[in-house]
Amino acid sequence: MPAASRTTAMSASTPTTAAPLVGSFNSDAFAAHLASLPPSLPAWWIARKRAAYEKFVALPLPARTDESWRFSSISKLTLDGFTLPTAAAGQVPQAPIDIKKAAILVFANGRLFSHEPLSAELAERGVIVTTLQNALVKHEALVREHLLAQPPKLGSAKFTALHEAFLIDGAFIHIPRGVTVEQPIGVYSYALGATTAVFPHTLVVAAENSRATIVEYFDSGHDTEAQFAAGANDLYASHGAHLTYIGKQDWSHRALSFQSNSTVVRRDARVQSLNVHLGARQARHESLSLLQAPGAFSEMLALTVAESDQEFDQRTLQIHQAPNTKSDLLYKNALRGTAKTIFSGLIVVDSDAQKTDAYQSNRNLMLSDEAEANSLPGLEIQANDVRCTHGATSSRIDPEQEFYLQARGIAKAAADELLTFGFFEEVLNRLSDDNLHEALRVLIQTKFKK
Amino acid sequence: MSQLEIKNLHVSIADKEIVKGLSLTIKGGEVHAIMGPNGTGKSTLSKAIAGHPDYTITSGEVLLDGVSILEKEADERARAGIFLAFQYPSEIPGVSIANFLRAALQARLADGEEIDASGYYKRLYAKMDLLKIDRKFTSRAVNDGFSGGEKKRCEILQMAMLEPKVALMDETDSGLDIDALRIVADGVNTMRGPGLGVLLITHYQRLLDYIVPDYVHVMYDGRIVKSGDKTLAHELEAKGYDWIKKELATAKA
Repeated sequence: MPAASRTTAMSASTPTTAAPLVGSFNSDAFAAHLASLPPSLPAWWIARKRAAYEKFVALPLPARTDESWRFSSISKLTLDGFTLPTAAAGQVPQAPIDIKKAAILVFANGRLFSHEPLSAELAERGVIVTTLQNALVKHEALVREHLLAQPPKLGSAKFTALHEAFLIDGAFIHIPRGVTVEQPIGVYSYALGATTAVFPHTLVVAAENSRATIVEYFDSGHDTEAQFAAGANDLYASHGAHLTYIGKQDWSHRALSFQSNSTVVRRDARVQSLNVHLGARQARHESLSLLQAPGAFSEMLALTVAESDQEFDQRTLQIHQAPNTKSDLLYKNALRGTAKTIFSGLIVVDSDAQKTDAYQSNRNLMLSDEAEANSLPGLEIQANDVRCTHGATSSRIDPEQEFYLQARGIAKAAADELLTFGFFEEVLNRLSDDNLHEALRVLIQTKFKK
Repeated sequence: MSQLEIKNLHVSIADKEIVKGLSLTIKGGEVHAIMGPNGTGKSTLSKAIAGHPDYTITSGEVLLDGVSILEKEADERARAGIFLAFQYPSEIPGVSIANFLRAALQARLADGEEIDASGYYKRLYAKMDLLKIDRKFTSRAVNDGFSGGEKKRCEILQMAMLEPKVALMDETDSGLDIDALRIVADGVNTMRGPGLGVLLITHYQRLLDYIVPDYVHVMYDGRIVKSGDKTLAHELEAKGYDWIKKELATAKA
């Protein structure tokens, strides 16, 4: 298949016809990217990257008429003006010192910058926390099975293809059967440089009955860099595995960000994911959960602080493919300034997925009259014995609550911050780890302090 | 010694005048009770002094230690030393009492100054012990799902922590059974002293059995129509508010 489609791409990627569709990510840039990769990487991966590049070139940019891009400011989506990441440009920020981690991988501009290895005990038990480049060689079969295994379904096929084509390196985490990793595993991705484009990836494979928590931070050196990010992750929870994933996106407020997450949940496994969105001028986040076998449970959580002219565009898909599966989505947005959010969620229940429990809720707290929150909740149910609810609400700060806090000496701005945290608490409370809860609360607070 | 002076105060809600020229001075150490029938402007008075945005002060003055507070926002008034104990305290889901009180105390510090966490908890627990409040209380969200009694105890705990110069207690006894009333009254009595002036707003004489006032004022139709000592409360209890109304009618005629 790759060989066949490559021919098509050759013609499609000639600069004259393809320039608006590829922007800075032209064939020269792709050739340079391939040339920069280590020769040790397996041929199938390089072939996949070539195929992905062809797909990226061939696919159109999102159009106003695309239902999956409804309400998005597509005129602000650009592929121009970005540069491929150079190794460790600029100062790598200090990794946040919050809670103790089992291991940490730090990526700067797509390449491993530093790491804190696992304890000897966890390494001996077979836990793997390494780079994708490393894993592509040493754990080839596992990577091949799970890396970007789910086709994009939520509208960002072009950007997911771009991600695959230009992916340099990322995190690979494997928790073997029955192993519990008590402390979170940290993955930090930094974008450094004024116009840098990054393509972070995290692949997590949790084998039967394993337990782990992954904490991923995306961050820029400064808040003024017009950067570009096209990231993705794959979470795979095998039978009985319990996986918690925290993603905190805090790119530069001038960055353009695409992130596509896929979660596969097998029999009696449960995945809890919480994505915290703070950064970027425009951020698109797609999240897919596949409930593949009975007893599977996916809890999808998100918190967004949208301010000034930021736009956060979240699209979700909960697919119930087997009976007795459960998914529970709760996305909360706090909007300030002239910020805009979009939530579009769909629950799909296949015909044989009886006894499905599926919930979807989007709540918006409007802290400004100029902000705009859009919600498009949706259901597609083929089975007849299911319990599904979905809903969206937008509300303002209750003036009586605000007065109550002010009557205790708390100024209006601080009162609104406190009430916003109160609003977020329902989501943060879902985390079973109190330390993680507190660390995230502090991280979100830093946005209010700016 | 602190002093709150209310001078010929007029308060309107949406162009309807509710308080119609009320004057009262509360000195540190004094407990004043304002009694009166429903709808006579008692709660309006306390909310207007605390700075609720829905209440417009159309004329008159409120001075705290000689300085007008009327130009100040509600939070500035609170920091200056005014405390309003609410008749119906708001529920604030997701904000724990500990974090809420910490934010309130943090707001009283200079910019860049951080509250000392261990000192804060030490003081908080000491106050709770004094008021006989279970420590688990602090991790609960402010008033969220609280019983009437719990809400009022939460108000008293806040008052104890914030140490105001003047406390305006709006129908603190409403919705309380005798046990809860006693606990709340004990709290106020514990805090009584030269540093604190108290304005007790109440419909019933019952509360004044537990918090004995220095002065009792009867409010009717937006004004104080009669003042006296604690015996006035008993007289009211015996004769009812109609007695006042009749007196007023006689005076007019």
